[in-house]
Amino acid sequence: MGDIASLIFKRLGYGLITLLVISIIIFFMVELLPGDIAQAVLGQGATEENLAALREEMGLNKPAVVRYLEWLSGAVVGNFGESIVTGERVSSVITERFINTLFLAAYAAVIAVPFAITLGVIVALLRNTVFDRVANVLTLTSISSPEFFLGYILILYLSVKAQMFPAIASLSADMTFLELLHRTFLPALTLVLVVTAHMMRMTRAAIINLLASPYIEMARLKGTPPWKVIVKHALPNAWAPIINVVALNLAYLITGVVLVEVVFVYPGIGQSLVDAVSKRDFPVVQACCLIFAATFILLNLAADVGAILTNPRLRHPK
Amino acid sequence: MTDTSAIAPGLKKDVLLKIRDLKIEGFTGETWVPIIKGVDLTLHRGEVMGLIGESGAGKSTIGAAAMGYARDGTRISDGSIEFDGIELTTSTEGEKRALRGARIAYVAQSAAASFNPSHKLIDQYTEAPLQYRIQKRLEAQEDAIELYERLRLPNPGEIGFRYPHQVSGGQLQRAMTAMAMSCRPDLIIFDEPTTALDVTTQIEVLAAIRDIVDQFNTAAIYITHDLAVVAQMADTIKVLLKGEEVEEASTEVMLKSPKEDYTKSLWAVRSFERPQKPRPENATPLISVQNVDASYTGGDKVLDDVSFDIYEGMTVAVVGESGSGKSTTARCITGLLPPSSGQILFKGEPLPPKYTDRSKDQLRQSQMIYQMADTALNPKVRISEIIGRPAQFYSGLKGTALKSRVDELLDLIELEPSKYYDRFPPELSGGQKQRIGIARALAAEPTFIICDEVTSALDQLVAEGILRLLDRLQKELNLAYMFITHDLATVRAIADEVVVMQHGKVVEQGPKTEMFKPPHHPYTDLLLSSVPEMDPNWLTTLLEERGVDNVGEAADV
Repeated sequence: MGDIASLIFKRLGYGLITLLVISIIIFFMVELLPGDIAQAVLGQGATEENLAALREEMGLNKPAVVRYLEWLSGAVVGNFGESIVTGERVSSVITERFINTLFLAAYAAVIAVPFAITLGVIVALLRNTVFDRVANVLTLTSISSPEFFLGYILILYLSVKAQMFPAIASLSADMTFLELLHRTFLPALTLVLVVTAHMMRMTRAAIINLLASPYIEMARLKGTPPWKVIVKHALPNAWAPIINVVALNLAYLITGVVLVEVVFVYPGIGQSLVDAVSKRDFPVVQACCLIFAATFILLNLAADVGAILTNPRLRHPK
Repeated sequence: MTDTSAIAPGLKKDVLLKIRDLKIEGFTGETWVPIIKGVDLTLHRGEVMGLIGESGAGKSTIGAAAMGYARDGTRISDGSIEFDGIELTTSTEGEKRALRGARIAYVAQSAAASFNPSHKLIDQYTEAPLQYRIQKRLEAQEDAIELYERLRLPNPGEIGFRYPHQVSGGQLQRAMTAMAMSCRPDLIIFDEPTTALDVTTQIEVLAAIRDIVDQFNTAAIYITHDLAVVAQMADTIKVLLKGEEVEEASTEVMLKSPKEDYTKSLWAVRSFERPQKPRPENATPLISVQNVDASYTGGDKVLDDVSFDIYEGMTVAVVGESGSGKSTTARCITGLLPPSSGQILFKGEPLPPKYTDRSKDQLRQSQMIYQMADTALNPKVRISEIIGRPAQFYSGLKGTALKSRVDELLDLIELEPSKYYDRFPPELSGGQKQRIGIARALAAEPTFIICDEVTSALDQLVAEGILRLLDRLQKELNLAYMFITHDLATVRAIADEVVVMQHGKVVEQGPKTEMFKPPHHPYTDLLLSSVPEMDPNWLTTLLEERGVDNVGEAADV
């Protein structure tokens, strides 16, 4: 197991380096955006003196490298500076919203991952039957429809017509957990529809890919029933590719929710990012991007480790 | 088992498996073509029948059909398969499944690939007994441990709790035989169970299989392409050719007086032998491996002080079991794996250790031919390009000069240029693919070729053709060969000198005639005496000489 621990540390190290590179890219990309921050803050009517004073105050006159290092050293301890627009601390604005996004992602994942994998196993078992084809067509349809479209369809049928769920997923502090689940059900369902197809198809492909293996034939020739051949003999060896796709989709649930949040007016981090971009609130944009990058890196790391842990050769060395 | 009187006469009459006019078809992507063209087979209780033939003869297909099983892409199109009164061709999947594992069991060719890597051996053993509710888990485990002991596996109480990758190939094959025995079936299909093993390991598996089949009076179909092996195992032998039966007779009759010409040709296969050449006098060796140590990244030493010379126009056979360092030595010579110490000389000049540092002329001198022509040739590239590329790369040939060079090379390997020039590797047979591999090596105009188990994936008749071709090319082009093999019959046929390797060291080397004459190094002796012989009593005699507990891994010297 010592090997695995050192491997995880190594991957973590690589992850940190990647994050550092990304932080440089994010910072300087934002620098390259046209427009003057001071001008944006003070508006067209500002005088030259006011602008100069603000630039001095915000440290905009210092060289970019110095400002990057200051920003980075703050970011490391969770201090992303203050929002240009509201003057609030970026971290306090973002934290709550990020937690909301995480909640929605977790809600969708808890439904989507088991559903997708189970469905994948079932279509692998019933491969090339009508059920397999129908499941493929439906999931493909859902993955190829734009999320906002799916969202509006769900609103139309489940909210406007059937009146089962609210169309707007606004949150308030005094909600019970059940109320919360009820109110955020439609955005979560939209996300489930978007990510299921990918995971299901990978599960199906990974299992079917193994069905030609000699040990699967051996299991069949031992009289093992077909469902057990899939669940007991194929699935345990198919985890590595499945985990990778699951991780990618989990990352998407966090970083790709902008549209869904807008459709359902859900106060998540995606909304903050959109607002911040339109208002040229650069500290918020940078913080959001960095959080998204970190999420991607962490989930990919988790996928790597997961793939290693499901490999018996690595779990049980000679 | 060759002693037919050991089977009680009453049992002998009792028919267990009756196959009549079996026809099986395979799907080629467009149409169904016949693979088995009407084969009959009768097997009695407790009888062991050997099915032999070249690859493509349909041995394994018949073996699977005996379980009512048609592999993916095949179907049983006609005939009847009657197992103990049950007609399998008309049974439902459920009825057939109930027989598999319980009454008919299967032992596959590669135990390493046929055990599920995710489960412990003993859990795979207990699967069938639990499935059929014959035993409770603990009972089944105890039973497994008893069988492991009977099959002479080391640490029988503990070995089952390991994962497949933690156990050696020979042990896995015995564990698989134990697994097949788990429900005490009436019939076991052994599908080339020792083909993937070293000769020394093969013996212990053969002995174990023979014992256990005897003890439980299990009937068996033993599928193999190795005549000497089948002679040890079977009561009767059936010879197959391209999906049809050639002849069937008791083992003794079959070995002594085969009737059909095809059977005789199989028996005569090991006839090719070329005279041994002496070393040229006062010559510098073409390739000289000097005190080479090597290891893979961070690992233990795989080669330890390996030295030998290869002279111009000579064949040096490097023999040893898998893992003895034969192929690693080849990798060092070609520069794929730089040695950690020692050096490789070419005509007395040291070669740079890494192939990237070698000049084009140094690179062209040593070429390789691989074991699996299937994977060594790019299936999407035309033959003309496979052979033409090295000719273009090393000799700078272009246009019509290149085309005539490729034609010339195809002529050399006895394939008609006009027919093969534009074809793709998957359209060729195994032997033809290996010939293309040879042509590709020749295209560089080398003086030295490493042949890495080039005949072990081929049928004996085809392999013989390849050996003859290599011999002719050697004479015509004055090539030196380093012939890596674990097959001592091949060594006898083609080698001038022999290098024996074990655990990364050279244990013995010398001219072939000396190497095949005693006294040997104990390891050479073990290797030589482990090669199965046609005599049906060979295994019995050998086991008596060595003692049953003294074969295979136990006989490590």
